[in-house]
Amino acid sequence: MGAGEEAIGDWCLTRVVSVRDVWKSYGKVEVVKGVSFDVEEGTTTVIFGPSGAGKSTLLRCINMLHPPDRGTVFLRDIDLMQAGGKMNYYRSKFGMVFQHFNLFSHMTVLDNVMIGPKVVKKIPQDQAKAIALEALEKVRMKDWRNHYPSQLSGGQKQRAGIARALAMDPEVILFDEPTSALDPELIGEVLQTMLDLAKEKKTMICVTHEMGFAKAVASEMIFMDEGVVVETGSPEHFFANPTNERTKRFLSRLTELYGRHEGERRAAADRE
Amino acid sequence: MIDYLGDLLEGLLVTFQLSFTALGIGLILGLAAALARKYGHEPLSLLANAYIELIRGTPLTVQLFIIYFGLPSLGVVFSPTLSAIVALGINSGAYQAEYFRGAIESIGGGQMEAALSLGMNRLQAILRVILPQAFRLALPSWSNEAAYLPKYSSVAFLVTVPELLARSKMVISRNLKPLEVYLVVGLIYLATIATISKILDMVYERYKITVE
Amino acid sequence: MSSFLDLLLSHFSFIIEGLPITLSLTAYGLGVGFLIGLPMAILRVYGGSAGGLLVSAYERVMRSIPPLVLIFLFYFGIQTTVLEIPGFFAVMLALGLCSSGYQSQIFRGALESVGSGQMDAARSMGMSRLQAIRLIIVPQALRFALPSWANELATMIKDTSLAFVVGVAELMRRTDYVRAATFDPVVPFLIVASIYFIIVFPITRIVGTWGQEKKRLVTGA
Repeated sequence: MGAGEEAIGDWCLTRVVSVRDVWKSYGKVEVVKGVSFDVEEGTTTVIFGPSGAGKSTLLRCINMLHPPDRGTVFLRDIDLMQAGGKMNYYRSKFGMVFQHFNLFSHMTVLDNVMIGPKVVKKIPQDQAKAIALEALEKVRMKDWRNHYPSQLSGGQKQRAGIARALAMDPEVILFDEPTSALDPELIGEVLQTMLDLAKEKKTMICVTHEMGFAKAVASEMIFMDEGVVVETGSPEHFFANPTNERTKRFLSRLTELYGRHEGERRAAADRE
Repeated sequence: MIDYLGDLLEGLLVTFQLSFTALGIGLILGLAAALARKYGHEPLSLLANAYIELIRGTPLTVQLFIIYFGLPSLGVVFSPTLSAIVALGINSGAYQAEYFRGAIESIGGGQMEAALSLGMNRLQAILRVILPQAFRLALPSWSNEAAYLPKYSSVAFLVTVPELLARSKMVISRNLKPLEVYLVVGLIYLATIATISKILDMVYERYKITVE
Repeated sequence: MSSFLDLLLSHFSFIIEGLPITLSLTAYGLGVGFLIGLPMAILRVYGGSAGGLLVSAYERVMRSIPPLVLIFLFYFGIQTTVLEIPGFFAVMLALGLCSSGYQSQIFRGALESVGSGQMDAARSMGMSRLQAIRLIIVPQALRFALPSWANELATMIKDTSLAFVVGVAELMRRTDYVRAATFDPVVPFLIVASIYFIIVFPITRIVGTWGQEKKRLVTGA
């Protein structure tokens, strides 16, 4: 997991994203401190940890929304910090799904999903529309395509957000706490969509507390605290016997909270 | 060297006179109207409302002319300066009323409830609890009005008041350099307003509170 | 009594002919203010500290100078040194510049009200900042700006009354003619006051509430 020097020739072509010793500060506060990890194609990586651990910041460093102060991120064999003028182009290879949805309120759902392909990839209108409809179909939001975001529930908004990311046919999708802002009964529909994507072998990096999801589809889990990677491993490793003290403490608090929260969610789902 | 600066500054003095007095009149009228609108009985509240909407819905120039030309026919003779002060004062009052109203409403019914539940009557509650907080809340927007009054006062020129703009016209009729003089005048207004703003900002810094 | 009504009517019909000019002055003045104000606001919000400083200074200046001074500056000042500027044009420029200071502020507030998440979402798809500003931020900001902008519209209509000092035959000028011609000091002004009021009052009322409605539809996201 270290920041080793690797010749380009050694590059593993199934490694989609490589985070190399990323550091990021806001003002004087160091938020991300030397994080490195790799993401293989077709896998789901779950990043979890207490709030303020720098997870959201890390995600935004990965797609260069806020480039790191030190270190770099590789997209396949491209060093994103050297991307220069092509940065926007490479950024479009990432999809991002936000905690607060960030749908464009002045556009219908369909327009929201179409605008990326049309404006960024310069795909002609009809083709873009077809792509958008396909993405909406996948998240089961096709019937709502002419609605405005303000007319949707949280879960619907998030699914629309996922469709918007999907329509760009990204190499990897970044999820920033996609269910944290949702009422319990709405979380299920979003998680189901994410599960479907994982099963289709989409490459995903998810910052989330949803341990059930992690257990089901994550191939690697990363525990972050105070800006550093504390422990990484498979879900089995974490749920059976994590090594680090901090990890153990966080997980037990989480399962306590999570147990209650899962209960709420199941209860809400049952009520339907 | 700008030799006419002295003439202009005499005009500025009149501008200050106008602005300061009008601000005072506006303060009284504005406060009264805001209180009447919020706490007054129906006819009073309606009257206050009418005052505010009518003044804000018509140009200052029209109001100025009605007072300057119209009042003499009622037997009331004002000097041009006095008409200007009255018109500016009434006009400012309507806008100040809106600032005070906003401040009073932000304070929230909870404060009034608390005061009344202590046994105060409405008048006491208003004077001791609502108004002090309202003043502090309204200070930023009120400072805005105060600082920009000199700018509004320039319309007094239209009724022959010898304020800054009128003076500048006199200067121009002598030296025939309109571009230069108007630029200088613009700078004087800018400096005046900026100074007043700065002073009021400092006052605000000292007295501001956060209202729950 | 009927002769008084006739008088009223003749005054009114003379004065009201100034309405189209008042309205077109308003439109052009607001247009100039918009064309300068919106780019300035974008510069201030997205242009870094240099842009911010520049625009902030500009706003300061334009809001501090009395419209009358600017009108005279353009009408008399530039007239003698450069070229003839007709009254209408001078007023349009003067009021437009003054308005641009306020509109810049209005749009700046509106742009800032559009949450930063919108920019993040747009850029995460690969849009450039400029694309994001043009397609995502500004359209939403305009909706937020509506109530304040309606206020600016009302102000502009009232400020056009200053145009009469340079001979533009809008509402105020025509009213003054009537006063001078009839020596009637009050009635003409009451008439024009009513005309202004009938136009301005609904604007601040209706567009105000309409702005709230649109805002609710938009901020639901």
